[in-house]
Amino acid sequence: MRIVVCIKQVPDAKDVRLDPVTNTLSREGVKSVINPYDRHAMEEGVRLKEQYGGTVTVVSMGPPQAKAILQEAISCGVDDAILVSDRAFAGADTLATTYTLAQAIKKTGDVDLVICGKQATDGDTAQVGPGLAVRLGMPYVTCVKKITGVKDKVMSVERMMDDGYDELEIDLPALLTVVKEINVPRFPSIRGLRKAKAFDIPSYTATDIDADPDQLGLGGSPTWVVKVFPPEPKGVRTMLEGSLDEIAEQLADILSDSAHGA
Amino acid sequence: MDHFLTEDQQMIVDLARQITDEMIIPNRARYDETEEYPLDIVETLAKSDFFALFVPVEYGGLGGGCYDLVLALEQIGRGCVAIATAYAASALGAYPIVVGGSHELKSKYLPDIASGKKRAAFALTESNAGSDAGGIQTTAVLDGDEWVLNGTKQWITNGGQAHLYTVIAITDPTKGPRGASMFVVESDDPGFSCGPKEKKMGIRCSATTELIFKDCRIPKDRMIGRQGTGFITVMKTLDKSRPGIASLGVGLAQAALDESVTYAKGRYQFGKPIIAFQAVQHMLADMAIETEAARALVYVAARHIDAHPKDMSKASAMCKVKATDVAMKVTVDAVQVLAGYGYMREYPVEKMMRDAKILQIYEGTNQIQRNVVGQELNKEYT
Repeated sequence: MRIVVCIKQVPDAKDVRLDPVTNTLSREGVKSVINPYDRHAMEEGVRLKEQYGGTVTVVSMGPPQAKAILQEAISCGVDDAILVSDRAFAGADTLATTYTLAQAIKKTGDVDLVICGKQATDGDTAQVGPGLAVRLGMPYVTCVKKITGVKDKVMSVERMMDDGYDELEIDLPALLTVVKEINVPRFPSIRGLRKAKAFDIPSYTATDIDADPDQLGLGGSPTWVVKVFPPEPKGVRTMLEGSLDEIAEQLADILSDSAHGA
Repeated sequence: MDHFLTEDQQMIVDLARQITDEMIIPNRARYDETEEYPLDIVETLAKSDFFALFVPVEYGGLGGGCYDLVLALEQIGRGCVAIATAYAASALGAYPIVVGGSHELKSKYLPDIASGKKRAAFALTESNAGSDAGGIQTTAVLDGDEWVLNGTKQWITNGGQAHLYTVIAITDPTKGPRGASMFVVESDDPGFSCGPKEKKMGIRCSATTELIFKDCRIPKDRMIGRQGTGFITVMKTLDKSRPGIASLGVGLAQAALDESVTYAKGRYQFGKPIIAFQAVQHMLADMAIETEAARALVYVAARHIDAHPKDMSKASAMCKVKATDVAMKVTVDAVQVLAGYGYMREYPVEKMMRDAKILQIYEGTNQIQRNVVGQELNKEYT
């Protein structure tokens, strides 16, 4: 099975700060990490490879610094890594990103399975997985929490829902997005770290992936970020204290007041 | 202090540190309470190649030296000496095969140890044979194509958790030290069983049991090396393994120092953080000085052992004594710095103090190590 996993470098959520003047995310001095959901996607790819054979390639679109996360992926058992990097890709929304990633993945050859994290913790759109599936002409399932089997090019999966899960079958080649519940990502290995250190990560430019310049980056993005701001606080929180009876009484008063007020 | 590690060694340290910080430290108190064998952590270490570290390259390992293992064990020991012992015991159990086994025996067992598929244990101690290894009573008698083992081993680390045991037994009672031989016993060999898990003061989650051999029959080719070389194999094994125990002492002392300094900076009495009081400051200074000195000796001994395989006993014994005595002293002082809080199980230092004690005892008591150093001095000055 040939598996491609898409990963993204994001600011470490433990270390996120807002610029007090512009109210935008301040990336200066913030550590960059693999998007946490993508770690689970990587791990699932490696587990499938271990169980069914094949190879896992990670692909990331980003600046040259994103090579660091691709190297980390190699240290965790991934076979191959490709950086998709070009100034022309800058400012891409999910539409332009899925186009770019799809072109890069097509360039790598036939693929049986593409795995993405459910969403990235910086943009939080959860659109790239499904969008990429459409671009690649593949069926897809989002929020997969378990892969239960693969037989005759049909994969059985469980999709996490708010009130339980769905059991689904999907024809390969396909794309899955995964949730954190699917596995516990492994640590790197010493062999993996040695391999990663020696691994020369190829970088694909817009020309390498035969991209239509009009569909790339800011120019290819119909979505524009107008403003980023922290949400206004809504209402006031009150903690009720006292014995259970006292709290119940206070709560009843508040509800009754607000009902009359309305 | 900078010990000028190679890039590869630094990578091993960083990975061991990451696993220690993210997986071992958050779980050590639970394992200490439940005394359950830390299988998930041992398996994680295996997946990350830490069991391959001490196995030669030609048998599926990474061919790391004593220094590499010491660096890894120091980090793991900083997190938890019990969990580190569960890991290190496989190295100790595998070393007899590495230092004395035939190519066939190595090919049969070492690749599975390297991958973590099989865990090993080393079986020397008996009720009447500890420091005096000459008191061994377990026997092995050749019967056709099989050795038949009878006897009981005591306090064997990884007992019940290991898949293979390297066992010393008497093959010729008339020959004294040359009458002992080493064997590989597999956990499912007929006539072999393990006793219940012992209840210990510290390193509680590491498994310690008796091994019982009752007409235990094993194939003839399970002997490690030639007949009568058992003691030589044991000595070579312990010479190589003791710096590992020493490095657990360094890691543990470092952990106790880290806890103590952090606490002393945050604990206020008489309007000041207690680190501002000289009484506390000097204790912390001594803890730091001793820890650094121990580390330096362990690293030098490990490098010496990697470079001079024929002359390692003294270096090995010296670093084991120094680092484990330091670990004991520093952990006792850590409890004193944290005082009432230090005595509570809610804080990690009381466990560190309990765990430290075994380091002065196992793999040869520190008194025996001093004997080794003394005997070597006696030879050197003739």
